[in-house]
Amino acid sequence: MNDSGHLLDVKDLTVSFPSPRGEVCAVKNVSFSLGHEKIGIVGESGSGKSVTGRAILRLLPPYAHIHATAITFQEKDLLSFSEQEMRRIRGRQISMVMQDPKYSLNPVRTVGEQIREAYTIHRKVPRRQARQQTLEMLTAVRIRNPEQVYRLYPHEVSGGMGQRIMIAMMLIPEPSLLIADEPTSALDVTVQLQVLAILDDLVTQRGMGLIFISHDLELVASFCDRIIIMYGGRIMEVVDAANLHQSTHPYTRGLLNCLPRIDGDKGKLSTLQRDASWLDADFSATAGGK
Amino acid sequence: MLQLFTIRRVKKATHQTVRLLIMVAITFFGLLFITFLIGRVVPIDPVLAVVGDKASPEVYQQARLAMGLDLPVWRQFFIYMGSVLHGDLGTSVLTAKPVLQDILRVFPATLELAVIATCIGIFVGIPLGVFSAVKRGSFLDHITRVIGLLGYSLPIFWLGLLALIVFYAKLDLLPGPGRIDVFYEDIVDPVTGIMLIDCIIAREWDIFWNALAHIIMPATLLGYYSMAYLSRMTRSFMIEQLRQEYILTARVKGVAEWRVIWGHALGNCAIPLITVVALSFGTLLEGSVLTETVFAWPGLGLYLTKSLLNADMNSVLGSTIVVGTIFLGVNLFSDFLYKVLDPRAR
Repeated sequence: MNDSGHLLDVKDLTVSFPSPRGEVCAVKNVSFSLGHEKIGIVGESGSGKSVTGRAILRLLPPYAHIHATAITFQEKDLLSFSEQEMRRIRGRQISMVMQDPKYSLNPVRTVGEQIREAYTIHRKVPRRQARQQTLEMLTAVRIRNPEQVYRLYPHEVSGGMGQRIMIAMMLIPEPSLLIADEPTSALDVTVQLQVLAILDDLVTQRGMGLIFISHDLELVASFCDRIIIMYGGRIMEVVDAANLHQSTHPYTRGLLNCLPRIDGDKGKLSTLQRDASWLDADFSATAGGK
Repeated sequence: MLQLFTIRRVKKATHQTVRLLIMVAITFFGLLFITFLIGRVVPIDPVLAVVGDKASPEVYQQARLAMGLDLPVWRQFFIYMGSVLHGDLGTSVLTAKPVLQDILRVFPATLELAVIATCIGIFVGIPLGVFSAVKRGSFLDHITRVIGLLGYSLPIFWLGLLALIVFYAKLDLLPGPGRIDVFYEDIVDPVTGIMLIDCIIAREWDIFWNALAHIIMPATLLGYYSMAYLSRMTRSFMIEQLRQEYILTARVKGVAEWRVIWGHALGNCAIPLITVVALSFGTLLEGSVLTETVFAWPGLGLYLTKSLLNADMNSVLGSTIVVGTIFLGVNLFSDFLYKVLDPRAR
């Protein structure tokens, strides 16, 4: 685990959206920092995990209000960047894999074209070299017949392969941080592990930082170094993955208790009891650094 | 494996083509049946139209026999179908020429107008639709929507007359009705029948500029309607596409915003837009009856109107068949383009 130097520092990130009933706060005072490590963000639907990911890339719709003391990436403040400067960060430095390859790939362009585009935006190289690079990247995500897949359209590939293509596309410009927003939730369980293994290998090999957004606590625990647990747009707690089961926070305990266990007792699963007071407490202080 | 794939693909394509041809044949048969039926139903005596109302009963009877009107109706239909398939649409009472020849003479004028109008529709309407989808709710968006609404609701003959009054009668900026000034008529050889191209071939630049000035008003007017339609459709297609997740993917990759919009999103809109453009072009090719009447434009629409007013049924039915066939052709072509452009439809 290479932990030298901070890759990303998020301080007091607040995101709100205007609505007919006033401002709705999707993320409130979220702070965390990340080195070259794998960090998981876990929470229920609407807990603000995806919004956090998108806010880092500054890819929220224009009507969203983003406030933060700082979002620092490799000592540069992303919030002060112009849209043009941000474009040089996107893909090249920070990339994102989305949930469902069925929707996140352009349906009328070939797979090869789309991966190649991700590469050539950031590097001025001859077409043939870009093509070669694309084929190598397809091989890197363990696609056995890259030449053939290169020519396929998104509707001609399976979900698992689609997600591997997506990973290839997002890693080809060699970014130093990848945000994976529920990258396996739309996939078949048997394929999930394959895709995760590929993701894990590539991220570790390249010494990248990874933010893994998921609602699957156990999956994240087995995959990441640290876990940020979010609820209602706030960070509830940050735990080391190894110590997850020792967590004492009521929300984390609640999440853990409603997971069925194959070896546990066969009684009724407990339901999650939410406490409004969690939203007022400030846990983000514990979230900085390791 | 790959070979098998190719063979399957060819088989599928052949299968689709055959099915398509059968469909076309059925549609064409229906078209002929309806025109034939109209010819029988309208209270116009075809014999009287030929011999005139002062002819003696003997002459009338002879003409009736010659036209095969004493035969059973189903036989008449087959004779009719046979002659249409041979390209014989009958003779026009008004011009005393074969209808097909008449149509071939007037059609280029309509084609010329339709092509220019469609170009205006595509090159102004589509960008306008894209801009207003991207800047939803902006001033430009509202303007575009008002333009679109007017295009849908204003009658074209009224707008045409208004344009004539303003630009021709009052301001005298543009020439009046007709395809060309009377002074220049019949100088240029009709090689293609399309005046602007003929003038270029003949290197008659004065006439070219005159013809261009004449076409501006009717073409702009028709183009305006085409533009209104296309901008509205483009706007809604674009709004739909810009919501899709692959747009976010492109942005994450660092693709410049103009390429996200004009490349990724519009690329996906291109497919449904083809059908829309083809339909609008087909409608224009049918001869814009009102526009051609207002501007005395000697195209298919004007020919149809004149024939109708003179009870020249052969010309009317002939034109109807030609128009129907053109529409069929345009639809087939847009289907073909659809298959070429949309990988999912192959």
